[in-house]
Amino acid sequence: MKLTPYIQSMVNGLLVGSLYSVIAMGLTIIFGVMRVINMAHGELIMLGMYLAFWAFTLFGLGQVAALLISLPLFLVLGAVIYSGVVNRVQRRAGEMGTLLVTAGLAYLVANAAQLVWKADFRSLPSALITRSLFWRGISFNYSLLWAFLAAVILTAVTYLFLIYTDAGRAIRATAQDREAAALMGVQIHRINMLAFALGTALAGMAGVLLTPVFYVYPYVGRVFLVKAFVVVVLGGMGSILGAWLGGLLFGVVESVACLFIPSGYRDAVGLVVFLLVLLFKPSGLLGRSRV
Amino acid sequence: MRKLALPSLAGVILLVYPLMVRNRFFLHLSVMVLLYALLGVSWNLLGGYTGQISFGHAAFFGTGAYTSTLLLLRFGISPWLGMLVGAVLALLLSLPLGWLTFRLRGPYFALSTLAFAEIVRVIVYNWDTLTGGGDGLNISTDLGGVVRFYYIILALTVAALLVAGACVRSRWGYFLNAIREDEDAAEALGVPATRMKVIVLAISAFFVAIGGSFFASYQLYINPDLVYESQISIQMIVVTIVGGIGTLEGPVVGALIIVPLSEYFRSLSPVANPLIYGLFIVVFMLFLPQGIVSGVQRLLTRRTAAVADQHVSASV
Repeated sequence: MKLTPYIQSMVNGLLVGSLYSVIAMGLTIIFGVMRVINMAHGELIMLGMYLAFWAFTLFGLGQVAALLISLPLFLVLGAVIYSGVVNRVQRRAGEMGTLLVTAGLAYLVANAAQLVWKADFRSLPSALITRSLFWRGISFNYSLLWAFLAAVILTAVTYLFLIYTDAGRAIRATAQDREAAALMGVQIHRINMLAFALGTALAGMAGVLLTPVFYVYPYVGRVFLVKAFVVVVLGGMGSILGAWLGGLLFGVVESVACLFIPSGYRDAVGLVVFLLVLLFKPSGLLGRSRV
Repeated sequence: MRKLALPSLAGVILLVYPLMVRNRFFLHLSVMVLLYALLGVSWNLLGGYTGQISFGHAAFFGTGAYTSTLLLLRFGISPWLGMLVGAVLALLLSLPLGWLTFRLRGPYFALSTLAFAEIVRVIVYNWDTLTGGGDGLNISTDLGGVVRFYYIILALTVAALLVAGACVRSRWGYFLNAIREDEDAAEALGVPATRMKVIVLAISAFFVAIGGSFFASYQLYINPDLVYESQISIQMIVVTIVGGIGTLEGPVVGALIIVPLSEYFRSLSPVANPLIYGLFIVVFMLFLPQGIVSGVQRLLTRRTAAVADQHVSASV
């Protein structure tokens, strides 16, 4: 039996999975801190992808520049969405309201993108994205490798921020117990906004990193939103480490499963994983039990 | 007596309407309004009354559409019978989804609906020996004119309203409200929350599938993008939110407003049309989360309260 194709798809899965981790971390931070499922998370990724695409096409800017531009841009965007929409609706209509309003926002943004940028599938020039490094018969795509490296750095920085800074500590305290954190002097409103901005920035930067690997089109967000849900549930809702581990694991599972099933069913793998987790380990890999 | 006056007047108008209006476009518009009212009422029973938000009801809509159409094309079974088969099939499809996700605390159901609708769509798309894949299915049988369809969808929508009304006015209504407001408290008081949610999802899926079958027979053509598209799920949500989430008549009012508007925007620009759905959701959730029905009701009670106040102060 030849093992190379399996190892190859595991490698690819691991590299892509690191990006799923970044996306899922953004989603899980927002959920953990304020119990909001951000249905517009996928559209934020889509905007990040377009940002990277246009930055290269119009100005010849590479990924590093696009990442540096996207960080402040998406932090501000997240703060605006939080204070303009999410906070207001959550106070008046609760969890149901935020689910609905972010879904509406997602639909609005996706269709606005369709109107402005057309439904074309776009990608960066192939000379840039098909170069690979070979090692023992396994190929490592350069842009995937770079995305992996950047994703690992992003993950590590986010993790260290949450563990060692005062703001990060306040975020974790709020996620653990909102009332207790408020009593300890944590400014809940400010922490909510920070968490939402952070989650948004992670989505946007993940979008930038995804651009060389995936086609860019207006409805691409939903694909990643579903994947992010699967990863978050797999890792355990609200768990940062779970999101990281879940992303890598899901990337590998998805990639390897594609060796066995027709390519048309690729996006079905997610749901199967999702249902299996709900059936056997609903709290996820690292989540607290919520059954 | 006065309580029955308005519904019976509306009933008479709805019954004679196709005899008075001969314009085909207006008849078509009324059919679509009634269809979306049916979909909204069904979605609302689960989303509005029980608080379980579904983003994937298109899966049930498409299942209804494909079942009745395939039964007609393959076996020559009347779509009005196939409609029932499709509805039962959608109901059966909803059971494992509900059972798996409703046992758990948290938004697992809402999360799974998106993926659920997507997978059903993918299967229908790829199973082309049965479903015709992306090419879709054509119905060449003559199933009757627009007036006939008008009366059928009128009957179906009224039936859905009656069932939904019976649900929410009975003990069940209180159960559902209790589940929406505080599930733990509801269970502590003996409400079988999981079972109630599964049942309501099944009823909701049943009626949405009926709407799907109707749509297929009316349009005489379906494909996965038409009946499994997320836009179908979004439209149910829009008519409910605009009319009034968690009210019986809300989705009907919402459909009356949204469907004509949507037809108008479609004639302006087909690309911009879906944009208004997203816009309506965001604007209404921000400024009128209770929807138009409750907004008007509140306005009316405020006015009568003000009038009553005046009377009181005048008599003093």
